[in-house]
Order: sequence, then structure tokens, then C-alpha cells
Amino acid sequence: MITEALARLGRSGLAALAGIGRAHLLLAGIVAGVPALLPRPRLLLAQLYNIGVLSVLIIAVSGLFVGMVLGLQGYYVLNQFGAEESLGVMVAASLVRELGPVVTALLVAGRAGSALTAEIGLMKATEQLSALEMMAVDPVRRVLTPRFFGGWISMPLLAAMFSALGVLGGWFVGVGLLGVDDGAFWSQMKAKLDFREDLVNGVIKSLVFGVVVSWIALFQGYDAVPTSAGVSRATTRSVVHSALAVLGLDFILTALMFGD
Amino acid sequence: MGNGVPATPTPPSATRNPDARPPIDKGGAAPLVRIRGLCFARGDKMVFDGVDLDIARGAVTAIMGPSGTGKTTLLKLISGQLRPQAGSIEVDGQNVHRLGRGELYALRTRMGMLFQSGALLGDLTVFENVAFPLREHARLPPSLLRRLVLMKLEAVGLRGAADLLPAQLSGGMARRVALARAIALDPMMVMYDEPFTGQDPISMGVLVSLVHQLNDAGGLSSIIVSHDVPETLGIADQVYVIAQGRVLCSGTPEQVSADPDPRVRQFLDGDPDGPVHFHYPAAPLAEDLLGAGDRRR
Repeated sequence: MITEALARLGRSGLAALAGIGRAHLLLAGIVAGVPALLPRPRLLLAQLYNIGVLSVLIIAVSGLFVGMVLGLQGYYVLNQFGAEESLGVMVAASLVRELGPVVTALLVAGRAGSALTAEIGLMKATEQLSALEMMAVDPVRRVLTPRFFGGWISMPLLAAMFSALGVLGGWFVGVGLLGVDDGAFWSQMKAKLDFREDLVNGVIKSLVFGVVVSWIALFQGYDAVPTSAGVSRATTRSVVHSALAVLGLDFILTALMFGD
Repeated sequence: MGNGVPATPTPPSATRNPDARPPIDKGGAAPLVRIRGLCFARGDKMVFDGVDLDIARGAVTAIMGPSGTGKTTLLKLISGQLRPQAGSIEVDGQNVHRLGRGELYALRTRMGMLFQSGALLGDLTVFENVAFPLREHARLPPSLLRRLVLMKLEAVGLRGAADLLPAQLSGGMARRVALARAIALDPMMVMYDEPFTGQDPISMGVLVSLVHQLNDAGGLSSIIVSHDVPETLGIADQVYVIAQGRVLCSGTPEQVSADPDPRVRQFLDGDPDGPVHFHYPAAPLAEDLLGAGDRRR
């Protein structure tokens, strides 16, 4: 009984390690496809549209509402200390440092990452990837590399949009509805937000999340069991693994960037 | 382009295991595909156990056998998508599994493959699907590329469907487009994976005719993997029947049709029971019904 359990544990461990190895080999193959991508920018542009442009609506609406909630909650807390003029800096710092990169990554994982996984998994199930192989075309370089970089480049741009619209949402609630001074809202934000400390670190987080979300989505699709159930499971795994990875990495990156 | 080898089918003499020997190419040319001692297993299941097999140049060679005997696997082994545990596969004199990636891709540009599902790229039109290998491998002026693609589509009767998406095609049309794509680079050989499965009589007739015409007019060598007996025997120059990991019999369609081996007879005649049993191995029915069997069910 115990031996069987140990054997099962060992098999699971080995399978997990093999999966990690395959994922790293895939990432190496994706990166090796960059020279082939450079002379064909249309492939990248198509993915920037699919992943980036088509995510704009959900990112914009989410950013606006998150900013409005931040404005509302922030006002009630700051008002207790007579510090409601600091609402702008509180909203902006929360968005640029944390919520912008993290929520954008979670939303992109849910909208574009799951779509990427399903698309690649279905291409595998319908033998399209094998057909590419048989046409002497490397499917990793032709199909996965443009999608990976499309996701990577889109992520910080979407996060910037999320944060910008979030600040506008916070301004609308704070200044427009709750009567915070307009000048104080913007001037405190300008004075207290640091370019390197806040903006650059937020962009670095987005770039890291872009790599992780795109990589997980593409690997799950490429490694999916080529059946309808297999693609379904891979899509679920893609979203769950991406969310956990983003949240875990956010803690590590925050500790490294802002810890003393 | 083409392989430049005239279409001179060289049907081998009939052979059967255990004395099965690879057929001899009577045309004098070396076989296009030469398989020796092929062993391939998936987990515990031995799919091929010491298979020897030759594919003659310019001929239509049929690989036949019941479902699950590894016919598609054989095509994947020939094209280098799978690696055997033992044995060798040579295509046009090159050992497929000793080639580097670049060399294997170069060899694949001279192979075409028609997948059972068609495997058309779903986001590209019919025209773009057929143009795909040309765009990837041949730097052609747009006007020449357009003419080539339209000629390939004309050959399969679908020039008028050039602007359709794969989702707008019937199963038979999708396979014809996939066939046009498979011959886009004028390969030396085309491998067909179950080309007739699931087709209505008209589509099947069209596909049978196309395979035959392309082989003869295009100077191709064709490998058809199929279990559609009358259609395949009707166009094949040489036939291999494989089952249980081995070549059961090979020869011309007439020779194979006359083979007395009960396993071959059951397959060709479509008998529901015989050496391949109707029932999957199981405990006695009474034992199962009376609850003495596996209680998990």
C-alpha cells in the first residue's frame, strides 16, 4: 500500500519535472524563432491585434471600474484622517504598482490566454501542426513565436491603459462625485509618484507577466492531449496556472522592488 | 519539377509471413521507400515487429489492414514524425531517422501528405492554404504564385472555391484542397492517410480518380493507407496487408485478393468474426452478470 502510494508520488513528480522540461524546451524554441519572425512583421502584427487590440474593451471597462472603486474606498478611508487630497496619489500608486499589471495579466490570461491555448490545442487535434511539420515548416517558429511576442508586447500596453483609465475612474468618483479638490488630486499624484520606483517597476512587472501568461498559454495548448476533453482541460489549466503564477510572481517581484 | 521518374509500376510477387520477403523492383530502380526490420511500440503494445517493406517508384502502393494496426503510424514513421525503436527507413536513399532537422525538412519538401482530416489551416482561405507551402519554400513573383495555385486548384476541380474558408467546405472538398496543397511543391511522393473514409460515393469516386490521375500524370509515387478495400484495390499497383505488427501478405491486387490466409480473407471479405474476434477479450458473460466480475462497474 505504502509502496504503491510512493510509486504514484514518484510518477507524478517525474511527470511534473518532464512537463517543466518540455515547457523550457518550448520556450527555447520560441525564442529561437525570433530571427525568422523579424522579416515577417505581419505575423506579429496579426497577433498584436488578436491578443492586444481585441482585449482593449475588457481592459478599458475593468480599469475604469477598478479605478472608480478605488476612488470610493480610498475617499472613505482618507476622509477619516482629513487626507482626501491624497486620493489621487493613492489611486495612481495602487494602479501603477499593483492592480494595473496584476489585474491586466489576470484578464489577459482569461480572455487571450485561454483563446491561445484552445487555438493551439485545436490545431494539434485537427492535425494542423502535423501538416505544418509535413510541409517542412516548424510550427513552433511559424505559429507559436508570433503569438508569444504578441502577448508579451501587448501586456505592458494594456496595463498602461488599465492604469490610465483607472486613474480617470478614481478622478471621476473622487473629484466629480465626492468633491475632492481637482488641483490637489493631480498635483499630489505628480509630486508623490516616482518614475523609476513606480512606473518603471510597474512596466517590469507587466513584461514578466506577459512572458509567463503567453508561455503558459502556448505550452498548455501545444502539450494538450489532442481530444476535445484534452483541449478543454488544457484551457482550464492555462487560466489556473497563469493566475497562480502571476499572483505568486507579483509577491516576489514586489518584495524585490519595494522591500527594504 | 517532379521526381523525373517515369510511372512504371513494378508489382511485386505475392509473399506471406513467415516467409514474407520484400518485393523486388523489377524496373531495376531502387525502391523509393525501403523499410527493414522496423520495430515500433507504444507503451507495452508492439505496433510493428520486424517489418520489411518496399515502396516502388512511380507506383500506387496500398497499405491495408484493420483499424488500429498502425497504418497511419507507418506514414508518420516514413515521414520522420515518429522514431522507431529499431530498424531503418530509407526514403530516396536517405535514412530518415539519421537526418538532421534541416535535412529532414529538405526531404519533406519532396513529400506530400494528405491527412485524414484534411488538416487545412482554419484561418486561411482555400487559395492561401494551397499557396502556403509555395510562400514558405519558393520565392515566386505574386503573379506566378497565383497561376500555380489556380492550376493546382483546377487539377482538383476547386478553382471556383479559392476564396472560401475551410469551414465552408464539405469533407470531400476539404480533402481535395488538402490534396492540392500536398502537391503544391510537386513532390516525388504523396502519402494518403485514409483518403476515402467517410466520403459519399460521388466524393469517393472523385478522390479515387484524382489519386490515380495525379500518380500517372504527375509522375508521382503514392502510398495509400486505407481500409476501403474495393476502392483501394481498384487503383493500387501493389498492396501490403498488415496486422498484428507484421506484413500478412503483399503482391498485386489480384494476388492479394486470392490469398488464402484466414486473417487476410476476414479483412478483405469483411467477416464480422474470425481470427480478429468480434468480442473484445473479457471475462465470461455469466460471471459479469452474476456479479462475480469486476465490482467497480
